Amino acid sequence: MSEMSAAWQTAEIPGPKKALAITNPQIVSALVKRSKNPILIVGHRAAEIKLGNGTLVDYVIRLAEAAGLPVVSAPSIMGEFIKRGFTRVIGMPLVDIANRLTDPGWMGFDGKGIYDLALFIGFKYYVGWLILSGLKHFSQDLKTVSLDMYYQPHASWSFPNISQDEWKKNLEAIIGGLG
Amino acid sequence: MSFKKDIHVRIGEIKSDIGFLKDLEISIGKIIEEEWAEEAGPTPFPSIVDLRDWDLKLLQRYKPFYMPFCDLCCLCTFGKCDLTGDKRGACGLNMAGQQSRIVLLACCIGAATHISHARHLIDHLIKKFGRDHPIDVGGLNVEVEAPVTRLVCGIKPKTLGDLEDVLGYLERELTRLLAATHTGQEESNLDFESKVFHAGMIDHVGLEIADIAQISALGFPRAEPEAPLADIGLGVVDYAKPVILVIGHNVPPAAEIVDYLMKNGLYGGVEVTGLCCTAHDVTRYNPKAKIIGPISWQLRFIRSGVADVVVVDEQCIRADMLIEAQKIKAPVIATSDVNCMGLPNRTRDEADRIVEDLVSGRQQGALILNPAKAAEVAVKTALLVAPRRMKFKALPDVSDIIEGARNCRKCDECRRACLNDLPIREALAKALEGSLDALASLYDECVGCARCESACPINLPLHSFIVRAAERRLKEEKYKIRVGRGAIQDVEIRNVGSPIVLGEIPGVVAFVGCANYPRGGAEVAEMAVEFAKRRYIVVASGCAAMSIAMYKDEEGKSPYEIFPGVFDAGGIVNVGSCVANAHIAGAAIKIASIFAKRRLRGNYEEIADYILNRVGAVGVAWGAMSQKAAAIASGFWRLGVPVIVGPHGLKYRRMLLGRKDKPEDWYVYDARTGEKVYIGPAPEHLFYAAETKEEAMVMIAKLCIRPNDTTKGRSIKLSHYIDLYKRFFGSMPDDIHLFVRTLADIPITMRDEVIKVLEEKGWKENIIPDPTLLPRLVRRRAGE
Repeated sequence: MSEMSAAWQTAEIPGPKKALAITNPQIVSALVKRSKNPILIVGHRAAEIKLGNGTLVDYVIRLAEAAGLPVVSAPSIMGEFIKRGFTRVIGMPLVDIANRLTDPGWMGFDGKGIYDLALFIGFKYYVGWLILSGLKHFSQDLKTVSLDMYYQPHASWSFPNISQDEWKKNLEAIIGGLG
Repeated sequence: MSFKKDIHVRIGEIKSDIGFLKDLEISIGKIIEEEWAEEAGPTPFPSIVDLRDWDLKLLQRYKPFYMPFCDLCCLCTFGKCDLTGDKRGACGLNMAGQQSRIVLLACCIGAATHISHARHLIDHLIKKFGRDHPIDVGGLNVEVEAPVTRLVCGIKPKTLGDLEDVLGYLERELTRLLAATHTGQEESNLDFESKVFHAGMIDHVGLEIADIAQISALGFPRAEPEAPLADIGLGVVDYAKPVILVIGHNVPPAAEIVDYLMKNGLYGGVEVTGLCCTAHDVTRYNPKAKIIGPISWQLRFIRSGVADVVVVDEQCIRADMLIEAQKIKAPVIATSDVNCMGLPNRTRDEADRIVEDLVSGRQQGALILNPAKAAEVAVKTALLVAPRRMKFKALPDVSDIIEGARNCRKCDECRRACLNDLPIREALAKALEGSLDALASLYDECVGCARCESACPINLPLHSFIVRAAERRLKEEKYKIRVGRGAIQDVEIRNVGSPIVLGEIPGVVAFVGCANYPRGGAEVAEMAVEFAKRRYIVVASGCAAMSIAMYKDEEGKSPYEIFPGVFDAGGIVNVGSCVANAHIAGAAIKIASIFAKRRLRGNYEEIADYILNRVGAVGVAWGAMSQKAAAIASGFWRLGVPVIVGPHGLKYRRMLLGRKDKPEDWYVYDARTGEKVYIGPAPEHLFYAAETKEEAMVMIAKLCIRPNDTTKGRSIKLSHYIDLYKRFFGSMPDDIHLFVRTLADIPITMRDEVIKVLEEKGWKENIIPDPTLLPRLVRRRAGE
């Protein structure tokens, strides 16, 4: 395994099933387009991470708007969305949304049924890999994509460990690919 | 007392033709002597299945959500087995079973540690004070001296000797639980989870008997709301004196050090300092002792070179303590058989010979399993070593930091090893530019594990760099902590029982556990202060109680100087060390027993049902790290008390989460009629990890909501929940309609905005039941 697709925290060795590295951002655009019912899940760090001229929240909003994605965010950063005029955000703690995603009977926020693709962004690294591990094992029909800048082995797809510049470029490319 | 040995002989010394006997005790058999008028409940000394029905009720509502550390099981030679997804291992176990089994193992380790601690302590205290030494945790103020033990075991312990019988039960149960984790035993994850609850319950009994034994025998504060204040912080130590540092949880050696100093007129000439729970307990023994800080202060204090002798007992002690002590030329004295540290056993040697070996450096440390002798050696060694060591420290000079920065390979292995992902490389680069500020700024969030150092390919002492950069702040670490008061008085329970159960005191929030914080200990203090100001009852123990102390307001006062230590609205109550957590569970139990007059004796299920439905208590273990913390939490779960952990708590690999969107999960019996009544998601979760302090605070307020709240109480609780939600999240909660049962529940100042939400959600009025999950508690069936 290349260093880029090794777990960011050195000791987090997952096991036989590891995330496919997103070597081309168009993969993400294609996954979203192909998905019947995708969802974007945003952690509280999105409001802390400076990216471009704003924060990660600005990219998340553009991504959500480009693909028409429903957005679930950590309740503590809902205000960041709303003050940017993006009001269709649902505030829900991470463990709650993750728990619902393991329930095959859950009809989702819109009543259309269980989601088949969940994109994750803005999480503490260890929080992300634990939640993604839960979903890997207990929500097997769900594909998960980690869009943070560090390799998340428990996702179905993850960026490898990349610099912030590369990360920004990749997010731009995904947004562009969805537009 | 309920149990008595039928034959009990103690021989001090006897000489005969066949030899010489000393300190011989013989006990044969036992009889039960009934002195407690209260009728026994259905489950005295419950086995691992006796409370299974209750557990399954809880687990039906609060389902496990597992987050495996890895995909594999590697516990037997069939393995490694890949359990990914729906695969099963060679033994047939699936991932849910494996994860719950690991949780059970963790809780067994935790419970074993507390029970073993209790065993050691009680054996020691019986030897010193006698089997008949009375249990007294609060004089006339505490009639229910051992609520957890009474509840679980159905006995009323009166003497130290009585606690031995309890220990026998705990050790039996623990063995059964551990047996269930063997390959080819339990297969159902829910049964594993039920056993997790059982481990937690017996853990709480172990905690209780350990603490009531030491309170009774060692004269700790006896349920004193105004227990004395002690010094805490790295800056409180008088460097000019010889310094003894005690680390761990089991206080006899530390107490003996105090005694030895007193007896020999040396007290005041030697500093007795402590880390972790032994520190709590030595200040309970003598408030002039000083607390350095929580567990994560170990390396920073050791490397500061202030300690002249390090005395360790058990639990939470770094496994490289000997190496670290060697760096500062401080001898180490190990005092527990569970932590021998590879040292020679000098227990039978003369104290002066051991001292000679330690002072000369012939031996770096000694294992001394006799606390009194360990104390004598520690004091004598400290007095002789201190002038030689001259506070030799293992912290680098600034020039070393700059040199290290110059050699740094910028590989980021330090950050990739760091629990909190701290930007160490970047901070080091700033040092090369001439500023240590960036390194110093890492100090507060550093948990002191030193994994960065282990990871560094060129062995830079990175943790020491951080500590050195922040050295000025260390000297300013001077705070006050109210020493652990122990139990809650019965009269305090009588005073607050009604307002808690009716909801007028909005909740009891217990900050407990270790110091593996995501963003430093100040967050715990900020949460505690917030809820004390809101007139919740704030309770604290262990490292969390220390973190609350290590915080100052604008006037330079610590929370314990600002808020009273009384168990009442607006109090911040430090109960003491880890084992004192039993008093928090005990307070909840006593509310049911003393205030509500529910039968306590061996009546676990009914009391837990009462607490779940009526006592708005929440545990917060913001930095929970250990298996002990897992066991403590699981004891609270079975008792119906939800627990919130910080983000690192996700690594316990399992949450217990309710689903507020499933109304069918939230029905109880109305004990008045037998009808099933919707109560809303109260409390919503049993074990929950919050990502941030703000999320935790909102959840604390929400998890204090209980089905039994009166309209006035519910209104008060909702006002806190809504206020915190709006303050931190910027909008109205979207679930408020689930908690409003009648219009009278709505906080008057928020009436318009709440009613707007209710209208949007199509809210309908509900009745307020006399709630229970137990059909047997229904007084009259519907239609009768």
